[in-house]
Amino acid sequence: MTATSGSRFSLEKHGSVLALGVLFILAGIIGWPYFLQVENLVNVMRQSSYTGIIALGMTFVIISGGIDLSVGAIAAFVASCGVLFMNYVLVHNGGNESSAILLGIAVMLALGFLCGALNGFLITKGKIVPFIVTLGTMSIFRYISLQMANAGEFASHSQAYGEFGMSKVISFDVSGNNVSLPTPVLALFLIAFILSFILHNTRYGRYLCAVGSNARVAQYSAVRVDRVRFWAYGVIGLCIGASAALLAARFNTVSTPNFGLGFELDAIAAVIIGGTAMAGGRGSVWGTVIGVFMLQIIQNMLNMAGLSPYLQGVVKGVVIIASVYIQRQRQ
Amino acid sequence: MLKKLLIALLIVTMFASAEFAQAKYKVGVSMPSATHGWMANANWWAQKAKTDWEARDKSITVELKYAGNAAQQSSDIEDLLVKKVNAIVVFPFDTSVTSVVEKAYNQGVYVVVLDRGVSKEGIYDVYITNDDEAYTRKGMEWMAKQMNYKGNLLLITGIPSPIDTIRTDTIKTVVAKYPNIKLLDVQPGDWNRQKSTTVMENYLQKYKQVDAVYTADDDMMLGAMQAYKESGRTDIKLWLGGGCLKDVIKGIMDGKSIMAGYPVVMADVTYSPSVIATSISYACIGVKGDKLNPYTYQVRALPRRVILPSELVTKENAKDFYVPAAPF
Repeated sequence: MTATSGSRFSLEKHGSVLALGVLFILAGIIGWPYFLQVENLVNVMRQSSYTGIIALGMTFVIISGGIDLSVGAIAAFVASCGVLFMNYVLVHNGGNESSAILLGIAVMLALGFLCGALNGFLITKGKIVPFIVTLGTMSIFRYISLQMANAGEFASHSQAYGEFGMSKVISFDVSGNNVSLPTPVLALFLIAFILSFILHNTRYGRYLCAVGSNARVAQYSAVRVDRVRFWAYGVIGLCIGASAALLAARFNTVSTPNFGLGFELDAIAAVIIGGTAMAGGRGSVWGTVIGVFMLQIIQNMLNMAGLSPYLQGVVKGVVIIASVYIQRQRQ
Repeated sequence: MLKKLLIALLIVTMFASAEFAQAKYKVGVSMPSATHGWMANANWWAQKAKTDWEARDKSITVELKYAGNAAQQSSDIEDLLVKKVNAIVVFPFDTSVTSVVEKAYNQGVYVVVLDRGVSKEGIYDVYITNDDEAYTRKGMEWMAKQMNYKGNLLLITGIPSPIDTIRTDTIKTVVAKYPNIKLLDVQPGDWNRQKSTTVMENYLQKYKQVDAVYTADDDMMLGAMQAYKESGRTDIKLWLGGGCLKDVIKGIMDGKSIMAGYPVVMADVTYSPSVIATSISYACIGVKGDKLNPYTYQVRALPRRVILPSELVTKENAKDFYVPAAPF
């Protein structure tokens, strides 16, 4: 048992890395000569990071046996409130931009957590299926934002916040080109590192897998199932807050009808491609990061090749189904 | 088999990209994908402008990107910049593309932005838009005249958004001039045919005497007509949509109803999806540094702000607006 399961595990573990590698080479060929340009690769990473951060939280939720459809709507709501608060502080605090930005981001993180907690509360205490709860909150938060802005948009008054959105950290040289990592990409890796640590090295991580694979058995083993599931929604809430703060900064404006639209499906797709079981119980945070990159690389390479934009959606769908099919074969 | 297919695909795409790389002027276009009839027509017009320009001028290639949401649109524009386009035409979802457009402009790319615009000045070469105010002003004035400035009017509006607000407010302003026209109700039909049918069903239950229905969108007008047809009522004499779907224009031309049992439509107002094709032309002319026409004096650069007119379409001029090849 140990030997076979060990080798299977490593295949499963490295399978998605392998897939990413193959896709990368394919993209290099199809998207030649543009795909491999450093600027493009940095773009791809940044483009992945916003849904990517949400997908990290989604990994926890799906491992716990749940689902969250409300992420895009919560992102819009949280970003709207954050930008409004930031503008308020700017006006009433004598234009101290850095404190306004910090407070604004803090508000987004806190609100994100609260929105996630509301989902978690309704699911665990209200005993309503996650799909239904988050379907409901998706509508609620989207329409609260629309109501707040009269379906328009909130522009931030802070120039520095927009600069923060486009900011880069950690520069290094690649064959004479100065490359720097955009802030959201760093955030993606940082959050992935933390969540991966929690999943693999803490009691909570083990409980999460236990609850996801069989909630009743976990219950009998004295795991507080409701609490474990609740915190999974808290985690995704924080991730949404972080993603919303970064995305709003990038645009320096929040357009309530469009902000975060369709994020839930991209995030779920990335989690599934990354090898997390839809039924819950097992999953990988770094797999999700790979899944996010794969989705974005597909879009980018087809863009670079100048193929019909409609076909991109087809390819995306095929990849989602194929990756789940391959993982099913392996089990 | 699969391998062969893949290789074929690779060869095709490499040729495609190689061809793109050789052109002297690369024009990138980013716009929303076809989620409703009007945008499908706009996609078709973009395709037509691409075909026309590439046939007309060997130095130009046009590349089209259709995005499903605002975040993807930003990615598309970044991808076009990596491909070193010389000019870019952006039909924005909303103003959140502003920072990417600014980046393009600062890189020296010739920028044409449309319609919903960008939230900052001085980051584009040309701004082109349809005229939302005149669109419903002309429509409502025509409607009021046909109603003899009296009677009961129902309104179905689009998705709550800045554009829809301009249109609806304009209608209300015009109606306010004529005290004998009573605006019974205003409900959103979200520019969606099914939704509009539902709204109309509710209207028909609620209001027993209606003279005219204005939807400011042909898709929604057809949806509302379906509900009217099913109700079997005969009180509503006047219908007006907008945006010139080809079936509606055909109906106006022939003086016939669009579908059996539907009332006859007498007019339409243009809000042309060909605005994207015009914009692509501006980008091609602008990036080459050509003149728009021989009648302008001195200034070589194109006008910075262009507002395309909304026109009233009736039986007399309908044939000018009938495009049989367009999808809708």
